[in-house]
Amino acid sequence: MTGKIPIAKTYKLFINGAFPRSESGRTFSVSNPEGELIANVSHASRKDFREAVRAARAAQFPWASRTAYNRGQILYRVAEMLESRKTEFVDLLKSIGVNSRSATREIEDSIQRWVWYAGWSDKYSQILGSVNPVSGPYFNFTVPEPTGVVGIIAPTEPSMLGLISRLVPAIVSGNTVVVVSEGKSSLTSVTIGEVLATSDMPAGVVNILTGDQTDLLPWMVGHLDVNAVDISGISHETDMTLIEEAASNVKRVVSRQVNEESLELISDFLEMKTVWHPIGR
Amino acid sequence: MGNSNSKDGSSLKDFGIEYASAIESTSLVNIKDKYGLFIDGNFVDSSSGKSFKTLDPSTEKPLAIVAEASSDDVDRAVSAAGVSYEKYWKRMPGADRARYLFRIARHLQERAREFAVLETLDGGKPIKESRDVDLPLAAAHFFYHAGWADKLEYAFPQRKLEPHGVIGQIIPWNFPLLMAAWKLAPALACGNTVVLKPAETTPLTALLLAEVIREVDLPPGVVNIVTGAGGTGSAIVEHPEVKKLAFTGSTEVGKLIQRSAVKRNLPLTLELGGKAPHIIFEDAALDQAIEGVINGIFFNQGHVCCAGSRLLVQESIADNFIDRLQTRIELLRVGNPLDKNTDIGAINSKAQLERIDQLVKAGIDEGAEVFKPSCSLPENGYWYPPTVLTGVQQSHRVAREEIFGPVLVVQTFRTPEEALEKANNTPYGLSAGIWTEKGSLIHWMAERLRAGVIWANTFNKFDPTSPFGGYKESGFGREGGMQGLAAYLKNSGGRS
Repeated sequence: MTGKIPIAKTYKLFINGAFPRSESGRTFSVSNPEGELIANVSHASRKDFREAVRAARAAQFPWASRTAYNRGQILYRVAEMLESRKTEFVDLLKSIGVNSRSATREIEDSIQRWVWYAGWSDKYSQILGSVNPVSGPYFNFTVPEPTGVVGIIAPTEPSMLGLISRLVPAIVSGNTVVVVSEGKSSLTSVTIGEVLATSDMPAGVVNILTGDQTDLLPWMVGHLDVNAVDISGISHETDMTLIEEAASNVKRVVSRQVNEESLELISDFLEMKTVWHPIGR
Repeated sequence: MGNSNSKDGSSLKDFGIEYASAIESTSLVNIKDKYGLFIDGNFVDSSSGKSFKTLDPSTEKPLAIVAEASSDDVDRAVSAAGVSYEKYWKRMPGADRARYLFRIARHLQERAREFAVLETLDGGKPIKESRDVDLPLAAAHFFYHAGWADKLEYAFPQRKLEPHGVIGQIIPWNFPLLMAAWKLAPALACGNTVVLKPAETTPLTALLLAEVIREVDLPPGVVNIVTGAGGTGSAIVEHPEVKKLAFTGSTEVGKLIQRSAVKRNLPLTLELGGKAPHIIFEDAALDQAIEGVINGIFFNQGHVCCAGSRLLVQESIADNFIDRLQTRIELLRVGNPLDKNTDIGAINSKAQLERIDQLVKAGIDEGAEVFKPSCSLPENGYWYPPTVLTGVQQSHRVAREEIFGPVLVVQTFRTPEEALEKANNTPYGLSAGIWTEKGSLIHWMAERLRAGVIWANTFNKFDPTSPFGGYKESGFGREGGMQGLAAYLKNSGGRS
């Protein structure tokens, strides 16, 4: 006898800082390469998506109103939490078939990426904003602001780095997000949710759903309280006419194959605001 | 048309002011009977032989017959732009592109009066606006962007910048030449070639710009101008060789264009409608605020996407403010757009006049009270008096829908929080105005208003260095400034 029977983790959704099961009661199974069941994961429904958008909307302005320094601190704190759970993440990747060396590398890269974006919180507006020399007695400046609530279809490969590469550039500027993960990448996504829940990240800033990306795609692009979507992770076979509904509220639609750290991914979810005021006595 | 006496005679006399008419001469302008399409550096007939009339909306008299581009014509224009991109424009050093743009700017300045008069004839806007706003700004846009053409790597360092290639641009009828300048100048500066479609009610200044483009020897096909209505526009939108689209116009049409572009992952910028809140706090400098509100809604007959069409006035000063506003409106001179004294010109088209009329009637049906000044309107042409609707609820159509005419809707508020809530309660987000003498309140409001342009203690100011564009359903992408260049380059790092 080598010990007690292991207690397996239940993989649930992450909405508004809590871990509910899908209201639909549905689950899907994730197995290791040998075909052995790892977990039955919650299969999010359209209603779960709407709940998540509600949470993201409520959290958006408070998150954006924190100082850039404070957002940077909170994000850096998440990196600390990731670092302390490094072995757990490596094991998780190994369980879904990633070899040991690649798994370690992916987790290290993910943590580095998180720290890289965290450091942008109080800098991107100095790079992307401007004071504009208008032809008249006016003080005129342009500042970037977050777009609002962002829906993300994260790339499923690599499962940890793919999600983090899309998630952090969206939230660093004050957007809140609803992420949809599917398949094996669901395990790392939910575990990232657990890290966030034990960090200082306010509830609702990041909401993580697991399920079928193609199923939830039409609800995401059609939802009138979602301001932007990142569909970079959708599969090549996706029927692109499903994206048309994004026009119902003039959503910003981003689809970029960028695999490295990039300021571009921050600016994808920014709006430029320009303010004029007269100069006089 | 001695408009000033007959229109507002009684109230002007109360103030002891009279204006003699001062009609701008049209002798500078030589309008042809017929205009062709501008493709590959030449004016050509449409392949279908179809054409349409463009009118002077202040008299309803036809000005010219203009060719209507079919999808074959659009195809020819796109091919010309494609060939020209490969042959000339892509290879040309930025410094040389700059020289062409500087030349266009200078020619616009030199021929400014001619352009201004033509703009007023074809569109109905007062000559003082086309002369003092549209033309100087159009020239300034070319001048500003000319200087960028050989400095793009400073705007976006460490990037492999590339133009898109052939760009399709569709512009509206409210600022015909200025919108052409907003679209063409950055596109050309960044090394793209263009197929541009002006609006069907106001094609003439774009076609005069085509003449200028020939005058300055811009290589043929770099700019192609195809005239027509929605069918011509959708031929541009659907053309497979168009690598990027830029549209300014209604949110309704913008959504159709996005539907088509998004499934092809085609780069797109949209500058759409608005329903801008114009917020007056009790401590505002009231005389200036009144002028700001007047300019905000009556500039260009209210045919302005960023018009301050929803007045939100603090309850404590509301009665007094509305009284003073009405007094000021009595002094506005509505009439012949060519008269240099005219404040409000003609409505751009019959269709737009009907839309304004229908929406105001809906407002009255829903319980709004109407104020219109005692001015009389010319018999011919399309006219709508400056109008104020009070007693309007947030749910009323006139508070939610863009009227795009000289109609101001008034609501009141008690606290900054309430002003903000009402201001942001709209699917639009193009612009907003704030009037208060309290600096911290300006910044508090400016930070929270969901709109791309905030005018504080001023309104309706534009500049080529100042990025312009919307939040939410008012569109995406910016025009003007360094940020506006991003839309016309691949790999710039900005949203394109």
